Amino acid sequence: MSELLDLAFRVASEARAGEEVEAYVARGRDTEIVVYDGGIESLSSATSEGVGIRVVVDHRQGFAYAGSLDDQVVAETLEEARDNAGFGSPDEHLGLASPDGVVPVDIDLWRPELADLATDRKVEMALELEKRVKAGDPRIRTVHSSDYGDAMVEAAVATNTGIAVSHRRSSCYVSVYALAGDGDETQTGGGYSVGRSPDDLDIDEAADDAVERATRLLGATKPASARLPVVLDTRITTTLLRVLSGTLSGEAVLKGRSLFANRVGEQVAVPGLTLVDDPTNPDAYGAAAYDSEGLACRRNALIDEGQLQDFLYNTYAGRRAGVASTASAVRGGFKSPPGVGCRALSLEPGTKSQEEILAEVGEGLLVQEVTGVHSGVNPISGDFSVGAEGLMIRDGALAEPVREITIASTIQRMLLDVVAVGNDLEWLPGAAAGVTIAIAEMSMGGA
Amino acid sequence: MLEETVIQRVLGTALRTGGDFAEIFVEDRRSSSAHYDDGKVEELTSGRDRGAGVRVVVGDTTGYAHTADLSETGLRAAAEAASGVARGGDGGTRVVALERQHAKAPYEPTVLSEEVDKRRKVALLARADDAARSAGAAVSQVSAGYGDSRRQTLVANSDGLLATSDVVRTRFGVSTVAQGDTGMQTGYEGVGRTMGFEMFDDVDVEAIARTSADRAVAKLAARPAPSGLLPVVIGAGRGAVLFHEACGHGFEADAIEKQASVYHGRVGEVVAGPQVTLVDDGTMGRQWGAYAIDDEGRPAQRNVLIDEGVLTDYMWDLLRARKAGRLSSGNGRRQSYHHLPMVRMTNTYLLAGEEDPAELVRQTPYGVYVAHLGGGQVNTATGDFVFGMTEAYLIENGEVTQPLRDANLIGNGPEVLSNIDAVANDFAMAEGGGTCGKWGQSVPVGMGQPTLRITGVTVGGTAA
Repeated sequence: MSELLDLAFRVASEARAGEEVEAYVARGRDTEIVVYDGGIESLSSATSEGVGIRVVVDHRQGFAYAGSLDDQVVAETLEEARDNAGFGSPDEHLGLASPDGVVPVDIDLWRPELADLATDRKVEMALELEKRVKAGDPRIRTVHSSDYGDAMVEAAVATNTGIAVSHRRSSCYVSVYALAGDGDETQTGGGYSVGRSPDDLDIDEAADDAVERATRLLGATKPASARLPVVLDTRITTTLLRVLSGTLSGEAVLKGRSLFANRVGEQVAVPGLTLVDDPTNPDAYGAAAYDSEGLACRRNALIDEGQLQDFLYNTYAGRRAGVASTASAVRGGFKSPPGVGCRALSLEPGTKSQEEILAEVGEGLLVQEVTGVHSGVNPISGDFSVGAEGLMIRDGALAEPVREITIASTIQRMLLDVVAVGNDLEWLPGAAAGVTIAIAEMSMGGA
Repeated sequence: MLEETVIQRVLGTALRTGGDFAEIFVEDRRSSSAHYDDGKVEELTSGRDRGAGVRVVVGDTTGYAHTADLSETGLRAAAEAASGVARGGDGGTRVVALERQHAKAPYEPTVLSEEVDKRRKVALLARADDAARSAGAAVSQVSAGYGDSRRQTLVANSDGLLATSDVVRTRFGVSTVAQGDTGMQTGYEGVGRTMGFEMFDDVDVEAIARTSADRAVAKLAARPAPSGLLPVVIGAGRGAVLFHEACGHGFEADAIEKQASVYHGRVGEVVAGPQVTLVDDGTMGRQWGAYAIDDEGRPAQRNVLIDEGVLTDYMWDLLRARKAGRLSSGNGRRQSYHHLPMVRMTNTYLLAGEEDPAELVRQTPYGVYVAHLGGGQVNTATGDFVFGMTEAYLIENGEVTQPLRDANLIGNGPEVLSNIDAVANDFAMAEGGGTCGKWGQSVPVGMGQPTLRITGVTVGGTAA
């Protein structure tokens, strides 16, 4: 038993008669390096640890956390969670997970070589990335920041209802943010590469992406408002899927906050659209053997050929809906109790490249950047309105760049308007995969 | 929080390898929150975060390490890790003479939340839930949240500064869902202040709940927002998200230093009409973005950013100020001891003008009136920014008419500033308790403004 699991288990064993106790214990170390103008701007390194404790007693739940694994602090945290439970409302569906017999996939997300990587080598990677971006195009005026970061995290969750699991993962990234311009004009573009070990990082890809994205916007103007076909670049589709994931949460459905409530079995998207959350796929950035309550992750089909299949559930939402947990408990570290969410959401890729999709669309807009997703997308009403930058599509190919525009529709409409899904699926950071998609019509707000 | 001799030894360790500057930041944060949803108290949460970060600066390079271990051994290990960026020292020990600084707290809380019975916190939520549900048959779901935090910090650095701070914040908010023939709509209203539990002596939680519910219910009859360039009147208070995005972030010295701001090199120039005077003020007692000292130990200040249309100064943190040979403006903030400080806003507001707010609408034949805004986002290098409207109406023939569905607006900072053609006399601070995110760090910020009009900004709806 790992040290963390041992600690989590000891806390869970403190449960009194009639209590259910869950301890989630995490420890990590991370590095973040920012280089600028050929030198190190900042180098941060840290270890952090903490515990989150959930107590359910008399159908009431309380939670407390602390950023320390000190024995006395952990004991105080358990007491605080216990005290908090006394103020929760009784709800017969509250309760902790217990083993459901699903066997976890054997995926190894830990690359010990990352721990041995010398700091100097990490700095070199960030400097190399900055250098390649600067050399990538004479119109790159400056590199705002070039970063290397990594994290090695171990976590364990144990309950007095039979859960006792631990897992660990390593991750690292390089990212760069470039400013291009001549004269008064400035355009920006970012690039990155992520992986579980330094060998996974592709510095050239990150550099090329930033250079291309910043320079191809030079000369961008604000076009007149129009309704037109819109092609979403891979990263933008990831953003759209993240919004969708909230609407597919069984908890949102139960609480009357999902626009998909009562629509299982209905055609909510075009027949060519299939959406799956599969954390057991080792290629997924968010791959995991266990969910945040310690159940084995599994593949969940959500939309099949446009037909809504199912929602995602953690233990509480499942009990309330009268179904089993889909092992979709997620938590933002030790500071929060588990909610419901995706880890590896992905559209089933199609057969065409982005280039072929552009050719097919003929006239329209390719979106390479969106802003204001938090301020202009309402996942409850479905209203979708974001700021955008991109390139016009003319005669089936990329044409002049455009900026300071909005693109708008509704989530419901967009799913029914998807006319193509690309073959360029890529696992990006976060809980969803990127892939080019084309939407038959959206409103572009401009001059 | 720590003995001075321990601080001196930690700073000595941090400087041993030749650093030019060293700093220790200690934070002890306690927080509690309660969440009411679906007619029930879901759970109460209590949190404790305590730790320290050590920063070492040598030339243009900063080393940083943080730890939850506040023992001298733990702190010296962090100091050694942070000092790894400096390699020129002789290993000798410098002793820093510390001088305790006193800064006046912007506000002294009278009721610490940790002394309040948890039942009283829960009762506020239940009252809000009741009030929102009573606002109409269309109200289909309500969630209400209460949160408080007490953040005690200590900063000491090799310049001899030693300062401490104790800031208490309390917030409360209600989200409502309303259901009708057109589907679901949402409304939110909240309040956040740098106060203790006494905030509820003059905050009416039922009124907050009703405003939240009314917002959702009214939008059931909303039509899609227009798409394209239109005159926009922005109501007092929360409308200040506009300035936060259109120029606030662009006035932060870290963006200026890297020439990643459209306002680079423009101090002394006219950036807006003479009716525009913009202030960032960390000293405003009770306001959500207030504090006695920033997270580098510098007292909060009132800084005029735009004076009658002329850009007067940027906002500064310690490192950027040192390079420019000036003093920090008290804007060096960090989310927690896990983070390096950077330049951040505090309470940013536009001073009142002279016009009658109703007149601004009356003089607008066709446009959009924005009564409440959500958040926003800006690219400081291009100046393009968005902000989301969460309660808005069409203006037709000088009158506010139909409600509009949510949408973002997009504009370019310098252009929008120069397109503000009227500022009204109804100044108000936003009550919402906003959170500003920048490079992965979130901090509480306040804002305020009177009603104003922009001659043209792009509204991102779907209607023609």
